[in-house]
Amino acid sequence: MKVLVAVKRVIDYNVKVRVKADHSDVDLTNVKMAINPFCEIAVEEAVRLKEKGVASEIVVVSMGPKECQEQIRTALALGADRGIQVQTDEKLDSLSVAKLLKAIVDEEKPDLIVLGKQSIDSDNNQTGQMLAALAGLPQGTFASEVKVEDGKAVVTREIDGGLQTVALNLPAVVTTDLRLNEPRYASLPNIMKAKRKPLDVKSPAELGVEVASTITTLKVEPPAERQAGIKVGSVDELVEKLKNEAKVI
Amino acid sequence: MSILVVAEHNNSALNAATNNVVTAARAIGDDIHVLVAGSNCGAAAEGAAQIEGVAKVLVADNAAYEHQLAENTSLLIAELGKNYSHVLAAATTTGKNTMPRVAALLDVDQISDIVAVEDADTFKRPIYAGNAIATVQSSAPIKVITVRGTGFDPAATGGSAPIEALASAHDAATSAFVGEELAKSDRPELTAADIVVSGGRGMGNGENFEILYSLADKLGAAVGASRAAVDAGFVPNDMQVGQTGKIVAPQLYVAVGISGAIQHLAGMKDSKVIVAINKDEEAPIFQVADYGLVADLFEAVPDLAGKL
Repeated sequence: MKVLVAVKRVIDYNVKVRVKADHSDVDLTNVKMAINPFCEIAVEEAVRLKEKGVASEIVVVSMGPKECQEQIRTALALGADRGIQVQTDEKLDSLSVAKLLKAIVDEEKPDLIVLGKQSIDSDNNQTGQMLAALAGLPQGTFASEVKVEDGKAVVTREIDGGLQTVALNLPAVVTTDLRLNEPRYASLPNIMKAKRKPLDVKSPAELGVEVASTITTLKVEPPAERQAGIKVGSVDELVEKLKNEAKVI
Repeated sequence: MSILVVAEHNNSALNAATNNVVTAARAIGDDIHVLVAGSNCGAAAEGAAQIEGVAKVLVADNAAYEHQLAENTSLLIAELGKNYSHVLAAATTTGKNTMPRVAALLDVDQISDIVAVEDADTFKRPIYAGNAIATVQSSAPIKVITVRGTGFDPAATGGSAPIEALASAHDAATSAFVGEELAKSDRPELTAADIVVSGGRGMGNGENFEILYSLADKLGAAVGASRAAVDAGFVPNDMQVGQTGKIVAPQLYVAVGISGAIQHLAGMKDSKVIVAINKDEEAPIFQVADYGLVADLFEAVPDLAGKL
Protein backbone atom coordinates (compact mmCIF):
# COMPACT_ATOMS: atom_id res chain seq x y z
CA MET A 1 0.00 0.00 0.00
CA LYS A 2 0.97 3.60 -0.54
CA VAL A 3 1.72 5.86 2.41
CA LEU A 4 1.69 9.66 2.24
CA VAL A 5 3.63 11.55 4.90
CA ALA A 6 3.42 15.31 5.48
CA VAL A 7 6.43 17.11 6.92
CA LYS A 8 6.86 20.72 8.05
CA ARG A 9 9.93 22.91 8.19
CA VAL A 10 10.04 24.56 11.62
CA ILE A 11 12.48 26.20 14.00
CA ASP A 12 14.78 23.61 15.62
CA TYR A 13 13.18 22.52 18.88
CA ASN A 14 16.27 23.38 20.94
CA VAL A 15 16.27 27.02 19.88
CA LYS A 16 14.72 29.47 22.29
CA VAL A 17 12.69 31.85 20.15
CA ARG A 18 12.85 35.62 20.48
CA VAL A 19 9.95 37.93 19.80
CA LYS A 20 10.72 40.77 17.37
CA ALA A 21 11.00 44.23 18.90
CA ASP A 22 8.02 45.49 16.86
CA HIS A 23 5.89 42.58 18.17
CA SER A 24 4.93 41.55 14.63
CA ASP A 25 6.16 37.96 14.99
CA VAL A 26 9.03 35.89 16.32
CA ASP A 27 12.45 36.44 14.79
CA LEU A 28 13.36 33.59 12.43
CA THR A 29 16.30 35.21 10.62
CA ASN A 30 19.45 33.08 10.85
CA VAL A 31 17.71 30.58 13.11
CA LYS A 32 18.38 26.86 12.70
CA MET A 33 15.46 25.12 11.00
CA ALA A 34 14.62 21.40 10.97
CA ILE A 35 11.85 18.88 10.37
CA ASN A 36 9.16 19.24 13.02
CA PRO A 37 9.88 16.46 15.59
CA PHE A 38 6.40 14.92 15.23
CA CYS A 39 6.84 14.79 11.44
CA GLU A 40 10.12 12.89 11.91
CA ILE A 41 8.14 10.32 13.90
CA ALA A 42 5.63 10.15 11.04
CA VAL A 43 8.38 9.50 8.49
CA GLU A 44 9.90 6.84 10.76
CA GLU A 45 6.58 5.05 11.13
CA ALA A 46 6.07 4.98 7.36
CA VAL A 47 9.59 3.60 6.87
CA ARG A 48 8.96 0.90 9.49
CA LEU A 49 5.71 -0.06 7.72
CA LYS A 50 7.72 -0.41 4.51
CA GLU A 51 10.36 -2.51 6.24
CA LYS A 52 7.60 -4.81 7.52
CA GLY A 53 6.33 -5.21 3.96
CA VAL A 54 3.07 -3.41 4.74
CA ALA A 55 3.86 -0.27 2.75
CA SER A 56 5.15 -0.42 -0.81
CA GLU A 57 5.77 3.25 -1.51
CA ILE A 58 6.28 6.31 0.70
CA VAL A 59 5.53 9.75 -0.72
CA VAL A 60 6.58 12.72 1.38
CA VAL A 61 5.03 16.14 0.94
CA SER A 62 5.87 19.57 2.34
CA MET A 63 4.42 23.01 1.78
CA GLY A 64 6.07 26.37 1.89
CA PRO A 65 8.99 28.29 0.39
CA LYS A 66 11.77 26.62 -1.62
CA GLU A 67 13.80 25.95 1.54
CA CYS A 68 11.36 23.27 2.67
CA GLN A 69 12.91 21.03 -0.02
CA GLU A 70 15.71 20.50 2.54
CA GLN A 71 13.22 18.82 4.86
CA ILE A 72 11.83 16.71 2.00
CA ARG A 73 15.42 15.60 1.19
CA THR A 74 15.91 14.67 4.84
CA ALA A 75 12.77 12.53 4.73
CA LEU A 76 14.00 10.92 1.49
CA ALA A 77 17.32 10.15 3.21
CA LEU A 78 15.39 8.49 6.03
CA GLY A 79 13.66 6.14 3.58
CA ALA A 80 10.85 7.92 1.73
CA ASP A 81 10.73 7.11 -2.01
CA ARG A 82 9.78 10.42 -3.58
CA GLY A 83 8.85 13.93 -2.63
CA ILE A 84 6.31 16.59 -3.53
CA GLN A 85 6.79 20.23 -2.65
CA VAL A 86 3.89 22.63 -2.85
CA GLN A 87 5.68 25.90 -3.35
CA THR A 88 4.24 29.07 -1.88
CA ASP A 89 5.60 32.03 0.00
CA GLU A 90 2.21 32.67 1.58
CA LYS A 91 1.85 32.01 5.28
CA LEU A 92 -0.30 28.89 5.46
CA ASP A 93 -2.84 28.19 8.17
CA SER A 94 -3.91 24.63 8.95
CA LEU A 95 -7.06 24.74 6.84
CA SER A 96 -5.11 25.77 3.73
CA VAL A 97 -2.54 23.05 4.34
CA ALA A 98 -5.36 20.54 4.80
CA LYS A 99 -6.96 21.64 1.51
CA LEU A 100 -3.64 21.33 -0.32
CA LEU A 101 -3.09 17.90 1.22
CA LYS A 102 -6.62 16.87 0.22
CA ALA A 103 -5.77 17.75 -3.40
CA ILE A 104 -2.59 15.64 -3.18
CA VAL A 105 -4.56 12.78 -1.61
CA ASP A 106 -7.03 12.94 -4.52
CA GLU A 107 -4.14 12.65 -6.99
CA GLU A 108 -2.00 10.09 -5.20
CA LYS A 109 -4.75 7.99 -3.61
CA PRO A 110 -2.67 6.76 -0.65
CA ASP A 111 -4.05 4.07 1.69
CA LEU A 112 -2.60 5.69 4.77
CA ILE A 113 -1.71 9.31 5.48
CA VAL A 114 0.61 10.03 8.39
CA LEU A 115 1.17 13.47 9.93
CA GLY A 116 2.64 14.72 13.19
CA LYS A 117 0.11 15.59 15.88
CA GLN A 118 1.21 19.22 16.00
CA SER A 119 3.96 21.50 14.79
CA ILE A 120 6.09 23.01 17.51
CA ASP A 121 5.86 26.53 16.06
CA SER A 122 2.13 27.24 15.78
CA ASP A 123 1.18 24.47 18.27
CA ASN A 124 -2.19 24.17 16.50
CA ASN A 125 -2.81 20.42 16.41
CA GLN A 126 -5.36 20.77 13.56
CA THR A 127 -4.09 19.75 10.14
CA GLY A 128 -4.50 15.96 10.31
CA GLN A 129 -8.03 16.22 11.66
CA MET A 130 -8.96 18.84 9.04
CA LEU A 131 -7.57 16.72 6.22
CA ALA A 132 -9.52 13.70 7.48
CA ALA A 133 -12.72 15.76 7.54
CA LEU A 134 -12.19 17.21 4.04
CA ALA A 135 -11.35 13.80 2.56
CA GLY A 136 -14.15 12.07 4.49
CA LEU A 137 -11.66 9.68 6.10
CA PRO A 138 -11.45 8.30 9.63
CA GLN A 139 -8.67 9.59 11.89
CA GLY A 140 -6.36 8.09 14.49
CA THR A 141 -4.91 11.08 16.29
CA PHE A 142 -2.10 11.12 18.90
CA ALA A 143 -1.07 7.58 17.91
CA SER A 144 1.33 5.64 20.10
CA GLU A 145 0.89 2.38 18.14
CA VAL A 146 -0.26 1.67 14.58
CA LYS A 147 -1.02 -1.77 13.19
CA VAL A 148 -2.43 -2.50 9.76
CA GLU A 149 -4.49 -5.68 9.71
CA ASP A 150 -7.47 -7.04 7.74
CA GLY A 151 -7.83 -3.87 5.72
CA LYS A 152 -8.02 -1.69 8.81
CA ALA A 153 -5.64 0.52 10.74
CA VAL A 154 -5.74 -0.34 14.43
CA VAL A 155 -4.48 2.72 16.26
CA THR A 156 -3.71 3.10 19.96
CA ARG A 157 -4.17 6.72 20.95
CA GLU A 158 -2.78 8.70 23.87
CA ILE A 159 -5.78 10.27 25.59
CA ASP A 160 -6.00 12.29 28.80
CA GLY A 161 -6.84 9.38 31.08
CA GLY A 162 -4.60 6.77 29.45
CA LEU A 163 -4.82 4.91 26.14
CA GLN A 164 -7.66 4.25 23.71
CA THR A 165 -7.65 1.87 20.75
CA VAL A 166 -9.74 2.44 17.63
CA ALA A 167 -10.10 0.51 14.36
CA LEU A 168 -10.24 2.64 11.22
CA ASN A 169 -11.34 1.70 7.72
CA LEU A 170 -8.60 2.35 5.17
CA PRO A 171 -7.74 4.81 3.79
CA ALA A 172 -7.22 6.60 7.08
CA VAL A 173 -5.35 9.56 8.56
CA VAL A 174 -3.01 8.98 11.50
CA THR A 175 -1.26 11.68 13.53
CA THR A 176 1.78 10.71 15.56
CA ASP A 177 2.46 11.21 19.24
CA LEU A 178 5.93 11.23 20.77
CA ARG A 179 5.90 7.65 21.94
CA LEU A 180 5.04 6.08 18.60
CA ASN A 181 8.70 5.42 17.81
CA GLU A 182 12.28 6.63 18.05
CA PRO A 183 13.24 8.20 14.70
CA ARG A 184 16.49 7.02 13.10
CA TYR A 185 19.30 9.22 11.83
CA ALA A 186 20.03 9.54 8.13
CA SER A 187 23.32 7.89 7.13
CA LEU A 188 25.72 9.70 4.82
CA PRO A 189 25.25 7.25 1.90
CA ASN A 190 21.48 7.64 2.25
CA ILE A 191 21.79 11.42 2.26
CA MET A 192 23.75 11.13 -1.02
CA LYS A 193 21.19 8.73 -2.51
CA ALA A 194 18.34 11.02 -1.45
CA LYS A 195 19.68 13.72 -3.77
CA ARG A 196 18.79 11.55 -6.75
CA LYS A 197 15.29 10.63 -5.62
CA PRO A 198 12.46 12.38 -7.52
CA LEU A 199 11.02 15.61 -6.11
CA ASP A 200 8.04 17.22 -7.85
CA VAL A 201 7.29 20.89 -7.35
CA LYS A 202 3.68 22.01 -7.61
CA SER A 203 1.85 25.26 -6.96
CA PRO A 204 -1.41 25.73 -5.05
CA ALA A 205 -2.97 26.94 -8.33
CA GLU A 206 -2.06 23.67 -10.09
CA LEU A 207 -3.79 21.82 -7.28
CA GLY A 208 -6.82 24.08 -7.64
CA VAL A 209 -6.59 25.37 -4.10
CA GLU A 210 -6.97 28.98 -3.13
CA VAL A 211 -4.74 29.72 -0.18
CA ALA A 212 -6.46 32.10 2.23
CA SER A 213 -6.86 32.66 5.94
CA THR A 214 -9.46 34.34 8.10
CA ILE A 215 -6.99 34.69 10.97
CA THR A 216 -4.88 37.82 11.38
CA THR A 217 -2.09 37.98 13.92
CA LEU A 218 -2.36 41.40 15.55
CA LYS A 219 0.54 41.08 17.95
CA VAL A 220 3.14 38.64 19.22
CA GLU A 221 4.49 39.28 22.70
CA PRO A 222 6.89 37.53 25.01
CA PRO A 223 5.11 35.77 27.90
CA ALA A 224 4.98 37.52 31.27
CA GLU A 225 8.36 37.25 32.97
CA ARG A 226 8.39 35.45 36.28
CA GLN A 227 9.80 37.28 39.25
CA ALA A 228 13.30 36.06 40.02
CA GLY A 229 13.16 33.44 42.75
CA ILE A 230 15.48 32.65 45.59
CA LYS A 231 17.54 29.64 46.54
CA VAL A 232 16.84 28.28 49.99
CA GLY A 233 19.51 26.61 52.06
CA SER A 234 17.56 23.80 53.67
CA VAL A 235 14.31 21.84 53.70
CA ASP A 236 13.30 23.67 56.89
CA GLU A 237 13.69 27.02 55.20
CA LEU A 238 11.69 25.77 52.20
CA VAL A 239 8.80 24.62 54.40
CA GLU A 240 8.89 27.90 56.30
CA LYS A 241 8.76 29.96 53.05
CA LEU A 242 5.95 27.89 51.55
CA LYS A 243 3.91 28.20 54.74
CA ASN A 244 4.49 31.81 55.69
CA GLU A 245 5.67 33.67 52.60
CA ALA A 246 3.95 31.94 49.64
CA LYS A 247 1.13 30.58 51.85
CA VAL A 248 0.52 27.69 49.48
CA ILE A 249 0.65 24.85 52.03
CA MET B 1 -24.85 35.97 19.25
CA SER B 2 -25.27 32.41 20.51
CA ILE B 3 -22.39 30.26 21.62
CA LEU B 4 -22.25 26.49 21.56
CA VAL B 5 -20.05 24.80 24.15
CA VAL B 6 -19.27 21.14 23.52
CA ALA B 7 -19.27 19.35 26.87
CA GLU B 8 -16.43 17.08 27.93
CA HIS B 9 -17.78 14.04 29.78
CA ASN B 10 -17.60 10.28 30.16
CA ASN B 11 -21.40 9.78 29.85
CA SER B 12 -21.85 9.37 33.62
CA ALA B 13 -20.27 12.64 34.73
CA LEU B 14 -19.33 16.01 33.33
CA ASN B 15 -15.60 16.77 33.21
CA ALA B 16 -14.78 19.94 35.14
CA ALA B 17 -12.93 21.30 32.07
CA THR B 18 -16.38 22.17 30.68
CA ASN B 19 -16.85 24.74 33.48
CA ASN B 20 -13.68 26.56 32.39
CA VAL B 21 -14.93 26.65 28.79
CA VAL B 22 -18.23 28.18 29.93
CA THR B 23 -16.26 30.98 31.62
CA ALA B 24 -14.46 31.65 28.31
CA ALA B 25 -17.83 31.60 26.53
CA ARG B 26 -19.28 34.13 28.99
CA ALA B 27 -16.42 36.50 28.14
CA ILE B 28 -17.65 36.37 24.52
CA GLY B 29 -21.44 36.53 24.89
CA ASP B 30 -24.52 35.63 26.88
CA ASP B 31 -26.62 33.04 25.10
CA ILE B 32 -24.67 29.89 25.93
CA HIS B 33 -25.87 26.42 24.94
CA VAL B 34 -24.05 23.29 26.01
CA LEU B 35 -24.07 20.18 23.83
CA VAL B 36 -23.76 16.80 25.53
CA ALA B 37 -23.24 14.09 22.90
CA GLY B 38 -22.96 10.57 24.23
CA SER B 39 -24.81 7.40 25.06
CA ASN B 40 -26.85 7.10 28.27
CA CYS B 41 -25.38 10.48 29.10
CA GLY B 42 -28.33 11.85 31.12
CA ALA B 43 -26.20 12.32 34.24
CA ALA B 44 -23.61 14.34 32.30
CA ALA B 45 -26.44 16.51 30.88
CA GLU B 46 -27.77 17.11 34.41
CA GLY B 47 -24.28 18.24 35.37
CA ALA B 48 -24.11 20.64 32.43
CA ALA B 49 -27.52 22.11 33.32
CA GLN B 50 -26.15 23.11 36.73
CA ILE B 51 -23.37 25.31 35.38
CA GLU B 52 -24.16 28.96 36.00
CA GLY B 53 -24.60 31.03 32.87
CA VAL B 54 -25.80 28.16 30.68
CA ALA B 55 -29.10 28.99 28.94
CA LYS B 56 -29.86 25.57 27.51
CA VAL B 57 -28.43 22.05 27.38
CA LEU B 58 -28.80 20.03 24.18
CA VAL B 59 -28.51 16.28 24.57
CA ALA B 60 -27.77 13.93 21.70
CA ASP B 61 -28.11 10.51 23.28
CA ASN B 62 -27.26 7.84 20.75
CA ALA B 63 -25.10 4.70 20.64
CA ALA B 64 -23.08 6.26 17.78
CA TYR B 65 -21.79 8.91 20.20
CA GLU B 66 -20.88 6.55 23.06
CA HIS B 67 -17.11 7.00 22.85
CA GLN B 68 -17.36 10.38 21.14
CA LEU B 69 -15.49 9.20 18.07
CA ALA B 70 -14.57 12.32 16.11
CA GLU B 71 -15.93 10.92 12.83
CA ASN B 72 -19.45 10.79 14.31
CA THR B 73 -19.61 13.69 16.76
CA SER B 74 -18.00 16.17 14.34
CA LEU B 75 -20.92 15.66 11.94
CA LEU B 76 -23.36 16.48 14.74
CA ILE B 77 -21.41 19.48 16.02
CA ALA B 78 -20.91 20.91 12.52
CA GLU B 79 -24.63 20.53 11.78
CA LEU B 80 -25.57 22.40 14.98
CA GLY B 81 -22.64 24.82 14.69
CA LYS B 82 -24.13 26.51 11.61
CA ASN B 83 -26.61 28.23 13.94
CA TYR B 84 -23.98 29.69 16.26
CA SER B 85 -21.39 32.46 16.09
CA HIS B 86 -18.90 30.53 18.23
CA VAL B 87 -18.34 26.84 18.89
CA LEU B 88 -16.07 26.14 21.86
CA ALA B 89 -14.61 23.05 23.50
CA ALA B 90 -11.90 22.35 26.03
CA ALA B 91 -8.39 21.80 24.66
CA THR B 92 -8.37 18.27 26.05
CA THR B 93 -7.49 15.27 23.89
CA THR B 94 -11.21 14.90 23.04
CA GLY B 95 -11.59 18.56 22.08
CA LYS B 96 -8.35 18.58 20.09
CA ASN B 97 -9.42 15.43 18.29
CA THR B 98 -12.88 16.62 17.30
CA MET B 99 -12.89 20.39 16.85
CA PRO B 100 -10.52 20.77 13.87
CA ARG B 101 -12.72 18.25 12.11
CA VAL B 102 -15.75 20.41 12.92
CA ALA B 103 -13.94 23.52 11.64
CA ALA B 104 -13.04 21.85 8.34
CA LEU B 105 -16.63 20.63 7.87
CA LEU B 106 -17.77 24.25 8.39
CA ASP B 107 -14.93 25.44 6.10
CA VAL B 108 -13.50 27.82 8.71
CA ASP B 109 -10.11 28.20 10.36
CA GLN B 110 -9.81 27.09 13.97
CA ILE B 111 -8.18 28.90 16.88
CA SER B 112 -6.50 26.45 19.25
CA ASP B 113 -5.82 26.64 22.96
CA ILE B 114 -6.90 30.21 23.75
CA VAL B 115 -5.81 31.60 27.13
CA ALA B 116 -7.68 34.93 26.99
CA VAL B 117 -10.67 36.54 25.26
CA GLU B 118 -10.06 40.13 24.13
CA ASP B 119 -13.42 40.51 22.38
CA ALA B 120 -15.78 38.33 20.37
CA ASP B 121 -13.29 38.06 17.47
CA THR B 122 -9.94 38.49 19.20
CA PHE B 123 -8.13 35.97 21.37
CA LYS B 124 -4.73 35.32 22.89
CA ARG B 125 -2.97 31.99 22.47
CA PRO B 126 0.51 30.71 23.20
CA ILE B 127 2.79 29.67 20.32
CA TYR B 128 6.33 28.22 20.19
CA ALA B 129 5.87 26.13 23.35
CA GLY B 130 4.55 29.13 25.25
CA ASN B 131 7.60 31.26 24.46
CA ALA B 132 5.40 33.80 22.68
CA ILE B 133 1.80 34.88 23.10
CA ALA B 134 -0.04 35.73 19.89
CA THR B 135 -3.10 37.98 19.76
CA VAL B 136 -5.18 36.76 16.83
CA GLN B 137 -8.30 38.12 15.22
CA SER B 138 -10.70 35.96 13.26
CA SER B 139 -13.00 37.11 10.47
CA ALA B 140 -14.52 33.64 10.07
CA PRO B 141 -18.34 33.58 10.12
CA ILE B 142 -18.22 30.88 12.80
CA LYS B 143 -15.38 30.87 15.30
CA VAL B 144 -14.32 27.34 16.18
CA ILE B 145 -12.15 27.50 19.27
CA THR B 146 -10.50 25.23 21.81
CA VAL B 147 -9.95 26.66 25.28
CA ARG B 148 -6.98 26.07 27.57
CA GLY B 149 -8.59 25.25 30.92
CA THR B 150 -5.86 26.84 33.02
CA GLY B 151 -6.47 30.18 31.27
CA PHE B 152 -9.99 30.53 32.73
CA ASP B 153 -11.55 30.00 36.16
CA PRO B 154 -14.22 27.30 36.33
CA ALA B 155 -17.82 28.60 36.18
CA ALA B 156 -19.77 28.03 39.39
CA THR B 157 -22.56 25.49 39.64
CA GLY B 158 -26.03 26.17 41.00
CA GLY B 159 -27.89 26.90 37.78
CA SER B 160 -30.78 24.92 36.36
CA ALA B 161 -30.87 25.22 32.60
CA PRO B 162 -33.57 23.41 30.61
CA ILE B 163 -32.48 20.22 28.89
CA GLU B 164 -33.60 19.59 25.31
CA ALA B 165 -33.19 16.22 23.59
CA LEU B 166 -31.92 16.08 20.01
CA ALA B 167 -33.01 13.28 17.73
CA SER B 168 -29.82 13.47 15.67
CA ALA B 169 -27.91 10.29 14.90
CA HIS B 170 -24.83 10.66 12.72
CA ASP B 171 -22.79 7.53 12.19
CA ALA B 172 -19.99 7.89 9.66
CA ALA B 173 -19.37 4.13 10.03
CA THR B 174 -15.68 4.52 9.23
CA SER B 175 -14.24 3.96 12.70
CA ALA B 176 -14.90 1.77 15.70
CA PHE B 177 -13.95 1.83 19.37
CA VAL B 178 -11.88 -1.23 20.29
CA GLY B 179 -10.93 -0.64 23.91
CA GLU B 180 -9.25 1.59 26.41
CA GLU B 181 -6.82 1.38 29.29
CA LEU B 182 -7.39 4.16 31.75
CA ALA B 183 -4.80 4.81 34.42
CA LYS B 184 -6.32 4.43 37.88
CA SER B 185 -5.45 6.97 40.52
CA ASP B 186 -6.90 8.04 43.86
CA ARG B 187 -5.01 11.32 43.72
CA PRO B 188 -6.50 14.52 42.32
CA GLU B 189 -6.64 14.89 38.56
CA LEU B 190 -3.44 16.46 37.26
CA THR B 191 -4.95 19.37 35.32
CA ALA B 192 -7.33 20.32 38.16
CA ALA B 193 -5.06 19.84 41.20
CA ASP B 194 -4.08 22.76 43.45
CA ILE B 195 -0.69 21.21 44.07
CA VAL B 196 1.35 19.14 41.63
CA VAL B 197 4.52 17.23 42.47
CA SER B 198 6.47 16.15 39.39
CA GLY B 199 9.47 13.91 38.91
CA GLY B 200 12.01 13.80 36.11
CA ARG B 201 14.95 11.74 34.97
CA GLY B 202 16.65 12.44 38.29
CA MET B 203 14.23 10.03 39.97
CA GLY B 204 16.35 7.22 38.55
CA ASN B 205 13.60 4.59 38.24
CA GLY B 206 9.88 3.95 38.66
CA GLU B 207 10.17 2.56 42.21
CA ASN B 208 11.73 5.80 43.37
CA PHE B 209 8.53 7.63 42.42
CA GLU B 210 7.15 6.17 45.69
CA ILE B 211 8.88 8.98 47.59
CA LEU B 212 7.03 11.51 45.40
CA TYR B 213 3.74 9.69 45.99
CA SER B 214 4.20 9.95 49.75
CA LEU B 215 5.05 13.64 49.46
CA ALA B 216 2.02 14.15 47.18
CA ASP B 217 -0.27 12.36 49.63
CA LYS B 218 0.92 14.61 52.45
CA LEU B 219 0.09 17.64 50.30
CA GLY B 220 -3.09 16.31 48.70
CA ALA B 221 -1.27 16.78 45.40
CA ALA B 222 -1.40 15.19 41.97
CA VAL B 223 1.77 13.60 40.59
CA GLY B 224 3.18 14.57 37.22
CA ALA B 225 6.34 13.79 35.28
CA SER B 226 8.67 15.15 32.66
CA ARG B 227 8.99 13.55 29.25
CA ALA B 228 12.33 12.03 30.28
CA ALA B 229 10.63 10.15 33.12
CA VAL B 230 7.87 8.92 30.81
CA ASP B 231 10.23 7.87 28.02
CA ALA B 232 12.40 6.02 30.51
CA GLY B 233 9.29 4.04 31.49
CA PHE B 234 9.24 5.29 35.10
CA VAL B 235 5.56 6.33 34.83
CA PRO B 236 2.73 6.20 32.25
CA ASN B 237 2.48 8.89 29.58
CA ASP B 238 -0.75 10.41 30.86
CA MET B 239 1.33 11.85 33.71
CA GLN B 240 3.45 13.93 31.34
CA VAL B 241 3.45 17.68 31.87
CA GLY B 242 4.66 19.81 28.97
CA GLN B 243 4.11 21.09 25.43
CA THR B 244 3.02 17.65 24.28
CA GLY B 245 1.52 16.46 27.55
CA LYS B 246 -0.75 18.23 29.97
CA ILE B 247 -0.77 21.94 30.71
CA VAL B 248 -1.12 22.67 34.42
CA ALA B 249 -1.26 25.88 36.43
CA PRO B 250 -1.61 24.86 40.08
CA GLN B 251 -1.03 27.01 43.16
CA LEU B 252 2.14 25.08 43.87
CA TYR B 253 4.28 23.06 41.45
CA VAL B 254 7.16 21.06 42.90
CA ALA B 255 9.67 19.94 40.24
CA VAL B 256 11.91 17.17 41.53
CA GLY B 257 14.88 15.99 39.49
CA ILE B 258 13.64 17.93 36.45
CA SER B 259 16.17 20.01 34.51
CA GLY B 260 13.54 22.37 33.03
CA ALA B 261 13.68 21.93 29.23
CA ILE B 262 11.66 24.42 27.12
CA GLN B 263 9.09 21.71 26.37
CA HIS B 264 8.51 20.96 30.05
CA LEU B 265 8.28 24.62 31.07
CA ALA B 266 5.55 25.05 28.41
CA GLY B 267 3.32 22.87 30.55
CA MET B 268 3.83 24.39 34.01
CA LYS B 269 5.29 27.88 33.97
CA ASP B 270 1.94 29.53 34.71
CA SER B 271 1.90 27.84 38.13
CA LYS B 272 1.56 30.36 40.95
CA VAL B 273 4.53 29.15 42.97
CA ILE B 274 7.23 26.88 41.56
CA VAL B 275 9.62 24.93 43.75
CA ALA B 276 12.62 23.13 42.25
CA ILE B 277 14.63 20.46 43.98
CA ASN B 278 17.67 19.53 41.95
CA LYS B 279 21.28 18.72 42.73
CA ASP B 280 22.53 20.61 39.64
CA GLU B 281 22.54 24.27 40.58
CA GLU B 282 22.92 25.23 36.89
CA ALA B 283 19.66 23.47 35.90
CA PRO B 284 17.39 25.83 33.87
CA ILE B 285 14.47 25.01 36.19
CA PHE B 286 16.02 27.34 38.78
CA GLN B 287 15.44 30.28 36.40
CA VAL B 288 11.67 29.91 36.77
CA ALA B 289 11.53 28.57 40.32
CA ASP B 290 10.34 30.87 43.12
CA TYR B 291 12.11 28.66 45.63
CA GLY B 292 15.03 26.50 44.63
CA LEU B 293 16.73 23.91 46.78
CA VAL B 294 20.04 22.56 45.54
CA ALA B 295 20.08 19.14 47.16
CA ASP B 296 19.98 15.40 46.57
CA LEU B 297 16.30 14.65 46.04
CA PHE B 298 16.61 11.26 47.76
CA GLU B 299 17.40 13.07 51.00
CA ALA B 300 15.42 16.29 50.50
CA VAL B 301 12.08 14.79 49.42
CA PRO B 302 11.61 12.34 52.35
CA ASP B 303 12.84 15.09 54.68
CA LEU B 304 10.28 17.51 53.21
CA ALA B 305 7.48 14.94 53.46
CA GLY B 306 8.42 14.34 57.09
CA LYS B 307 8.22 18.01 57.94
CA LEU B 308 4.74 18.62 56.56
